Amino acid sequence: MTIALVILIGCAGGVLAGLFGVGGGIVFVPTLALVLGLTQLHAEASSLLAILPTAIVGTWRQRAYGNVDLRAAAVIGAGSIGGVQLGVLLAESLPEGVLRRLFGGLLVLTAAQLVWRTQRGS
Amino acid sequence: MRAPKLLSIGALGGFFGALFGVGGGIVIVPLLVFFFAFGPRRAAATSLAAILVSSVVGAITYAFHGEVKPGAALLVGIPAMVGVLGGTAIQQRVPAQRLSYGFALVLVAVGVRLLV
Repeated sequence: MTIALVILIGCAGGVLAGLFGVGGGIVFVPTLALVLGLTQLHAEASSLLAILPTAIVGTWRQRAYGNVDLRAAAVIGAGSIGGVQLGVLLAESLPEGVLRRLFGGLLVLTAAQLVWRTQRGS
Repeated sequence: MRAPKLLSIGALGGFFGALFGVGGGIVIVPLLVFFFAFGPRRAAATSLAAILVSSVVGAITYAFHGEVKPGAALLVGIPAMVGVLGGTAIQQRVPAQRLSYGFALVLVAVGVRLLV
């Protein structure tokens, strides 16, 4: 039952990733933490792995539609390497409850950004 | 000339993405729109391609510290791969605006659940 629910949410997460270009992690982390009972840190770490199949397929599709600026993406990707190391260090040094609340705050901010983007018609 | 700004966007996206396990599109998409006047589809698609790199780096880094649960990751990750095909197809046809209010509502509900 839990597994069926996780598969269903995973599928929905993929649809949302395709629609909004967010990679699905925003859906994966709460699913892994709240439905499968992973710790917040394990949920976040595993979410980055879960994102990969979606990101690969999503990029392939978007490239077929001619939407990807590949050179810009490569430079952004190169820039991310250092930032990722700092992000991992901070996530591992924060207490579980703090990390979870920060993530909750991120969800609310993401929702606000989504509404803002929608209202200015982008 | 745009390389320094793109590298900075990547560093910020990578930091927030790894901190929250979300890839970084939340930061990358609005910055591409703001600094480079990318349209929403171009920004989202380019962000997704960049996230490929940041997620691989993040997953490897976390895995070195033993924090990745591969079984759980694949359980959500593989169905999502199927879902994303539907999502990108829908994006080309209908304005995503109609769905975004509903998605925003779900995010707030889950966010509050995690906050309390």
